[in-house]
Amino acid sequence: MNPWIPYPAEVIEKRREALRVHTLRLRIRDEAIRRAYRFRPGQFNMIYVFGTGEVPISIVSDPDESGFLDHTIRVVGKMTAALVGLKEGDTVGLRGPYGSWWPLEEARGMDVVIVTGGLGCAPVVSVINYVAHRRDRYGRLKIFHGVKTPKDLLYRARFRAWQKHPDTEVYLTVDHPDREWKYKVGVVTNLFRQVRIDARKSAVMMCGPEGMMKSAVRDLRAQGVPADRIYLSLERNMKCAIGFCGHCQYGPRFICKDGPVLRFDQIQEWFGKDEL
Amino acid sequence: MPILDRNSLDLLFDALKRRGFNLVGPTLHDGAIVYDALASTADLPVGWTDEQEGGRYRVKKRADEALFGYAVGPRSWKKFLFQPVQRLWQARREGEGFRIIPEEEKPPKWAFIGVRSCELHAIAIQDKVFISGPAPDSSYPTQRKDLFIIAVNCGQAGGTCFCVSMNTGPKATAGYDLVLTEVLEPARLAIGADRHYFVVEVGTDRGAEVLRDVPHTEATEQENAAAERVVEKTASQMGRTLDTTDIKNLLYRNFEHPRWDEVATRCLTCANCTMVCPTCFCSTVEDVTDLTGEHAERWRKWDSCFTMDFSYIHGGTVRSSVKSRYRQWMTHKLATWIDQFGTSGCVGCGRCITWCPVGIDITEEVRAIRETEK
Ligand SMILES: Cc1cc2nc3c(=O)[nH]c(=O)nc-3n(C[C@H](O)[C@H](O)[C@H](O)COP(=O)(O)OP(=O)(O)OC[C@H]3O[C@@H](n4cnc5c(N)ncnc54)[C@H](O)[C@@H]3O)c2cc1C
Ligand code: SF4
Ligand code: SF4
Ligand code: FES
Repeated sequence: MNPWIPYPAEVIEKRREALRVHTLRLRIRDEAIRRAYRFRPGQFNMIYVFGTGEVPISIVSDPDESGFLDHTIRVVGKMTAALVGLKEGDTVGLRGPYGSWWPLEEARGMDVVIVTGGLGCAPVVSVINYVAHRRDRYGRLKIFHGVKTPKDLLYRARFRAWQKHPDTEVYLTVDHPDREWKYKVGVVTNLFRQVRIDARKSAVMMCGPEGMMKSAVRDLRAQGVPADRIYLSLERNMKCAIGFCGHCQYGPRFICKDGPVLRFDQIQEWFGKDEL
Repeated sequence: MPILDRNSLDLLFDALKRRGFNLVGPTLHDGAIVYDALASTADLPVGWTDEQEGGRYRVKKRADEALFGYAVGPRSWKKFLFQPVQRLWQARREGEGFRIIPEEEKPPKWAFIGVRSCELHAIAIQDKVFISGPAPDSSYPTQRKDLFIIAVNCGQAGGTCFCVSMNTGPKATAGYDLVLTEVLEPARLAIGADRHYFVVEVGTDRGAEVLRDVPHTEATEQENAAAERVVEKTASQMGRTLDTTDIKNLLYRNFEHPRWDEVATRCLTCANCTMVCPTCFCSTVEDVTDLTGEHAERWRKWDSCFTMDFSYIHGGTVRSSVKSRYRQWMTHKLATWIDQFGTSGCVGCGRCITWCPVGIDITEEVRAIRETEK
């Protein structure tokens, strides 16, 4: 098996989520490969656009829905623009799934606490969807999301929909509110002072800017959440996703194969270091 | 142990060629000793040696006709096993999509001549990266397959060598088919005329099989002892030393240390150290299309953690300061590598010291941190 070879996948649906954010539904063309393909929420694919390049993108569809894979892509540069520029029927190359996954088995019976920030964060969408479809396996679902200004809140409609789910709480906050803003104000970690988290029976999964995650971890730890029940999804440059190119190193870890989801106690001594 | 005389070495080369091996080894090229194709022992740098110091390399004539009388040069064997520029696959538009055409990889049947002990260790380290991981690489294992190695125990240490500190030399202990110790005895020690011979140790059945094709004799006790003395002398001549005591924790503890700022004032981030290093494995990929847009290719190229692009993620480079890039490189070589692959990423070959244009010395940087740790 040559680990560098992508398999052709067809764009079977393209959905607009927000400004410059689209979800591509991909279907691996080869039937045998499509049937054998299994992933877990938190993992990602390397997606190749003919002649342009290849980038890591999380899988946000449900692992039990077979036959297609959803990827929500925000345009930030050449490759993401090329991906979002594709039409239904176009073909991409796909390799994966790669990396570690969210602790959805370990978290059974617990409250699931999601902390995200910045301009949307695809990796946690997979958890929210997963829990929403298996409500009886988990306690409460608490979603904390912080952005700088209201216009950075990309998935307003989604949050509104999640808020209506049973046993689900959504907390939104901005650093700099405008007049219409009707949610909380202040950095996301302020929320932890206002909302009770049951430290004994919560599993925390977070993803977002490292600065935000750093203060979130500090506040959650102060509330008594054990280090081994906090999971973070990290991002680094990736050129291979299979441990060869060296680009994704994070201290002794390779984000592509040891991550992207890492348990806090396993990266404690490195986490938050500048220019690591 | 078997011994070969100077002329039988060509017969050994012939025995390998008859078996279809492509010989590569040290040869003098543009003022440096580099690894390239060899036709016979005449292509070796006969009678040459090198002088190495921080930021300095030059070749000069020796007083004798030694074949392996120098240390390692600017190229390493990784150039053959992990090629600097390499196509990974091609793609062609077809029907509703495109088809990927993998590269056809044929084992090249390399025979490496004159591999030093530190380099055997470096190859073993890259094996861990490219063969022992979750999925073996598409090319390295094929290049590596069938590789025949004739190692050489070093007859002199280079000015920047520190294999003794890294426990990787100068005597080859594993990873070769045959290993030679070159012995040169001037007439006053030898009986009669000058003597020039190679004491051979056999590492594998393949090695023994090839050696059977070449006339050789059994070494006398004196000859074996002479070979022992060669490596002992080399071990005592190391140009550099590095104290590796608890080195992983030393560097983990000193992620913040003023010495990183100091070395950053000298480092040019030229990436030379990573290019010459026999264990550095980082690469990047490039995608290209032809003018018709019907045909695309993906290439892999050596890359370096000293570039800004290396750690770029949208919005900026993670390691933008020179300090953080030097720290990444040195900490990876000597510390995080141990957690990643169960071995140091440095074999003490000294290349990064010799080929750094400003002579930054990894052994000196470790010493400075160790001595001033708070
Ligand atoms: C594990 C993982 C999962 C991701 N999941 C998603 C997702 O679901 N949706 C989404 O929109 N984005 C995701 N990203 C980020 C996405 O990969 C980058 O936005 C994308 O690589 C940017 O490429 P570009 O060419 O458009 O941007 P440019 O800024 O032009 O980037 C140039 C090159 O730098 C590298 N690069 C830049 N930013 C990143 C980055 N953040 N991470 C890794 N490499 C980068 C890529 O090689 C890229 O081709 C994920 C990243 C990682 C590491
Ligand atoms: S770090 Fe320097 S001395 Fe160590 S193996 Fe690499 S080039 Fe040789
Ligand atoms: S240490 Fe020397 S060789 Fe390496 S990048 Fe800096 S200046 Fe170049
Ligand atoms: S992305 Fe290449 S080593 Fe992790």
